[in-house]
Amino acid sequence: MTAPTFVAPTILSALRADFGRVRAVAWKDLTAERRTKSNFNAVVAMAALILLFFGFALGPDAEGLRNAASGVLWLTILFSGVLAFNRSYQLELEAGALEQLLLYPGDRWAIYVGKLLANLAFVFLVEVITLPLTAVLYHVAFPQLWPAVILVLILGTTGFVSLGTLYAAMASRSRSREVLLPLLLFPMLVPVLIAASGATASLLVDDVMGDSRAWIRLLAAFDAIFLVASTWAFQFVIEG
Amino acid sequence: MADTTLRGMPASTTRMQAPLQITARPAWLAALTWVAPVVLVASQAYFIMASQPDRDMGHLQKIMYVHVPAAWNAFLAFAFVFIQSVRYLWTREERADLMAAAGAEVGAVLTGLTLMLGSIWGRPTWGVWWTWDARLTSTAVLFLVYVGYLALRGLTDDPERRARWSAAVGILGALNVPIVYMSVKWWRTLHQMQSTPSTVDPTYAWGLRSNAIAFLLVLIVFIGYRYRGLLAEAVLEHRQEEAALNRRTRA
Repeated sequence: MTAPTFVAPTILSALRADFGRVRAVAWKDLTAERRTKSNFNAVVAMAALILLFFGFALGPDAEGLRNAASGVLWLTILFSGVLAFNRSYQLELEAGALEQLLLYPGDRWAIYVGKLLANLAFVFLVEVITLPLTAVLYHVAFPQLWPAVILVLILGTTGFVSLGTLYAAMASRSRSREVLLPLLLFPMLVPVLIAASGATASLLVDDVMGDSRAWIRLLAAFDAIFLVASTWAFQFVIEG
Repeated sequence: MADTTLRGMPASTTRMQAPLQITARPAWLAALTWVAPVVLVASQAYFIMASQPDRDMGHLQKIMYVHVPAAWNAFLAFAFVFIQSVRYLWTREERADLMAAAGAEVGAVLTGLTLMLGSIWGRPTWGVWWTWDARLTSTAVLFLVYVGYLALRGLTDDPERRARWSAAVGILGALNVPIVYMSVKWWRTLHQMQSTPSTVDPTYAWGLRSNAIAFLLVLIVFIGYRYRGLLAEAVLEHRQEEAALNRRTRA
């Protein structure tokens, strides 16, 4: 063991280097997306389509639509967002980019966190369009507790994207990735779907029952557990 | 561990460990092959005959002698998957991966059995085939998690990659079990719907215990044979690989 005075700067500089790698991976993915926009446009169009289709299936009755709004919003986020994750690795599979990425020095978790941040930014941008669209189509009034709604969106999306980024690393390199990713991912997201749509539903009626707090806590716990677990598991998933 | 390098990251060059071999069927497995069905049939028959029909449910209650032991042993099988997955990532022994796969297959079958029997029991008892009860719903989610696990195994060709990936999925899936259960439970209570009877009459307790042990023996036999089947497949895969490499070097 070396003296703490020597250890501290080493850890700091190592962390700084790791954060540099995280930023580089995230920036690379976002730049690729920004320059093509093909994925974003397709996913947003898909989200709009899903919102319309749920509307058709649930009937034109305004009261019924309003009651279903929070569940529909979250299903739309999950069903459209899941289309984005595979692409995040598909880019790497072309021309041996992944092997290059793995050859760079540094910890593997930096690749995961970088991709996670890029996917988070992507899904948040989709939500910026999905959210007002849901409000308009499903006759939802602007909620008074909008900061809490945003908190639920952030927490729910983080849980969704953290597992999605990990599972897409496997699904995108297997046979029939289109089926495998939702099949692996969605059963794991049952707590996210229940808690996020439960919290959103009660916040849209100004949280009169006061039960959104329990859901937010559950979401936070889910995020904490699976952010750590996914970051840890990624090293085993990505190698080779 | 000798075969792992810094930070637990295994070097890919040390992948090959002691080669897998098909061994003779161990004596305990041969014995259990006969003992398990006998115990199962005897235990089922005895408690179906011996226990009095339930006051409310009549003979219907006896479906519990299969349903409850199947559920308990399904959870045991998934705990086994979790342990073997951790063991695989720790030691990189291919055997651990094959055991996890065997456990997941048998666990998925038992979970399917549990769900079906619960549904058959629920229809006359609760009047519905399905209720969004916490245990029922989280068992269904668990079933789907392991169907996904098995699908991942089926759709990944490289054995070493398949082992690593399914170990990660097996561990994360097990982590999720209590969270799914809690979330469904809260979801139910916050919606204020009917509750379900969760206690079993004490007179049935012995029937449940005895049949749980019978099912445990069956579980061990099933996992044992599935493991041996998967082992034979893995050995075959390795030999084919070897033969292909030899052919290329000779050419």
